[in-house]
Amino acid sequence: MSATVPRVVLVDDHGIFRSGVRAELGSAVDVVGEADDVAPAIALIEQAQPDVVLLDVHLPGGGGGKVVSAVRERWPEVRFLALSASDAPEDVIGVIRAGARGYVTKTISTAELLDAIRRVASGDAVFSHRLAGFVLDAFASLPDSPGGGAGGPAAVKPSFDPELDQLTSREREVLRLIAQGYTYKEIARELYISVKTVETHVSSVLRKLQLSSRHQLTRWATERRLA
Amino acid sequence: MPPCPNPGHHGGMDEPTWPPGPPGGWRHDRHGHARHGRWREDRADRLAAHVHWWRGGWNWKALRRDSGDRLIGGVAAGMARFRGLNPTTVRIVFVVVALWTQGWFLPFYCIGWLLIPGGGGAAGSPEQAGGVSLAPAVGVAAAAVPGDATDGTSIWSRARQDSRGITLALAVSSLFAVFLVLAGALNDELIQTYGWPQVVTVACLVLIWRNAPRGEQAALRRLVAPLGGLGSDTDRRSTVIRLGLACVLLAIGTGWLLTTHESLAVLQPLGGFVLIVGAAVIMLGPWWLRIARDLVLERQARARAEERADMAARIHDSVLQTLALIQRRADDPAQVTQLARAQERELRSWLFEGRAPGSMAEVSSLVEGVRRIQQDAEARHGVPVEVVTVGDCPLDSDLEALLAAAREAVVNAAKWSGAAVISLFAEVTDDDVELVVRDRGRGFDPGSVPGDRRGMAESIHGRMNRHGGTVSVHTAVGEGTKVSLKMPRNAMSSTRSGA
Repeated sequence: MSATVPRVVLVDDHGIFRSGVRAELGSAVDVVGEADDVAPAIALIEQAQPDVVLLDVHLPGGGGGKVVSAVRERWPEVRFLALSASDAPEDVIGVIRAGARGYVTKTISTAELLDAIRRVASGDAVFSHRLAGFVLDAFASLPDSPGGGAGGPAAVKPSFDPELDQLTSREREVLRLIAQGYTYKEIARELYISVKTVETHVSSVLRKLQLSSRHQLTRWATERRLA
Repeated sequence: MPPCPNPGHHGGMDEPTWPPGPPGGWRHDRHGHARHGRWREDRADRLAAHVHWWRGGWNWKALRRDSGDRLIGGVAAGMARFRGLNPTTVRIVFVVVALWTQGWFLPFYCIGWLLIPGGGGAAGSPEQAGGVSLAPAVGVAAAAVPGDATDGTSIWSRARQDSRGITLALAVSSLFAVFLVLAGALNDELIQTYGWPQVVTVACLVLIWRNAPRGEQAALRRLVAPLGGLGSDTDRRSTVIRLGLACVLLAIGTGWLLTTHESLAVLQPLGGFVLIVGAAVIMLGPWWLRIARDLVLERQARARAEERADMAARIHDSVLQTLALIQRRADDPAQVTQLARAQERELRSWLFEGRAPGSMAEVSSLVEGVRRIQQDAEARHGVPVEVVTVGDCPLDSDLEALLAAAREAVVNAAKWSGAAVISLFAEVTDDDVELVVRDRGRGFDPGSVPGDRRGMAESIHGRMNRHGGTVSVHTAVGEGTKVSLKMPRNAMSSTRSGA
């Protein structure tokens, strides 16, 4: 958000991983604190007020999503970047729907991680290729059939809002390229649009992902867990 | 992802691009240039002839039968060309006139066939064939083979000197006339009106048959081949017997049909019809059978060729790839042994257990197959493969081919691109399945891939084409490679998310 280095909190239950990330990020960011579970993380974030929280999807005291939803009510300007080794899609989508601004895998390179942190700090969304795949998958299902849904709390409202529940073809195109490992710059070149436009598309997808009430998302996640 | 250079004589990784092919380019250019020049001359001549024709009104010398666009004698096409009309229109007019004139058109057609010189069309245009700008080579050929199609003389000009032919024509036509007299005695105005003009037709046909230029004779033989049942290469006597039988049936059937109105029997027309059909079957049956048999044989040959190509692709993907790998790891005996052992196992299971190398025997879904590709590539080549899948579906033989092609693309990328990571994207939609293999490696120049490199051509393009899929490859030196493979889905097996 600022021209200065972003202030970052690391939340991960593996100490070794935290110190590793800290060492890698070096002076490019200002790591203001570390936490290893849900409750300490919430306390730390409220106290430190960081720009970005690097959040492990899996924490002993519950999913990373718990941290996000607890903090976002009171401190909406704190941004979350989910970080995971497991890639269980329902967890990833859960964290994003709770309010995280992006998701990257732990295998990400340092440069890319720094780039992602800066991007999230400035309010953009960060989609790893895998998240793009999940989102495409989740939104690819057919539109809601009215009355067809006893699949979780989100199914209470079976209304279908095309504005929120469908991706535009351009958004799909962008996501497909992200899923194929393209960077934003490469996508811009491939589709003859500006990087800014790519970012806009991605943010729009993120918004849909977070706000869509379609039970498909839930059902998709359930199916994925069963598979 | 550069092309896969199997057995690897060419050094491999250290070689940025393939050596260009033999310097054939300039020769091609020069050749093209020379042709261009001749074409221009040619055109100028034609233009001149055209102008001349225009000034002189109807230049009857330009009327030529068109041996290039012929149905029977090329008379209609020749007329059409002469007056700048559509040949089909002229043909339709001919047929209408033929029906209208009650059999008198046929002899006129044959006389035209006899008198109008041939050669139009075959050499490109009537003006050209008329000797205005005949290429010297063609002229020589025409002189060397007397009576060739392009010499531009009429059949009559030769038939005049064919005294035996004239005798024969007279004999045959008189025989036909006798038959007509006999038939006329039995009944019937139909034969009388339609039959008599054909005396001339028969005479003309005999002359044409004996004196047509060689090219035309071949065409004629093709035209009447069905009548002979192509029996010449089997047994001549059986053909004669067969044709004789058919002619008897034909005669009786025709007679029956034609005498209907004098008879009271209702069954007669039916009987006549049956006999005529029987005659047609006896005459043409063997020919039809032969065509059907040829079709079956052709299809079998194509199936065999495809099978062979599939097998070549498989051997390339397994044995040749491993051999290349062994050559590159020659300094590591343990690794070489391991590779050789694995390859041996794979080959044995293919040859003796029928399990094709790289096959997805135990794999039932697309996502599983993609994961398998990822594991294999990472294990064999040590290059991480980032997999993203959207949707899933059960495998069928088409999708197995898709996976095999994708595996080859991944292996190529792992071996030759030098990229640190390869991304493999799979998306299942309702209509098709797309796999995209992408790397940020060194790329290659598609134009410089030697023709005998099977990796791209056979394992990817050939395979996809055989199964109805499409391939698009985007690459440039230094810019990485993207291979998109798309396979349409069978409507039957479409489910999402592995449900």
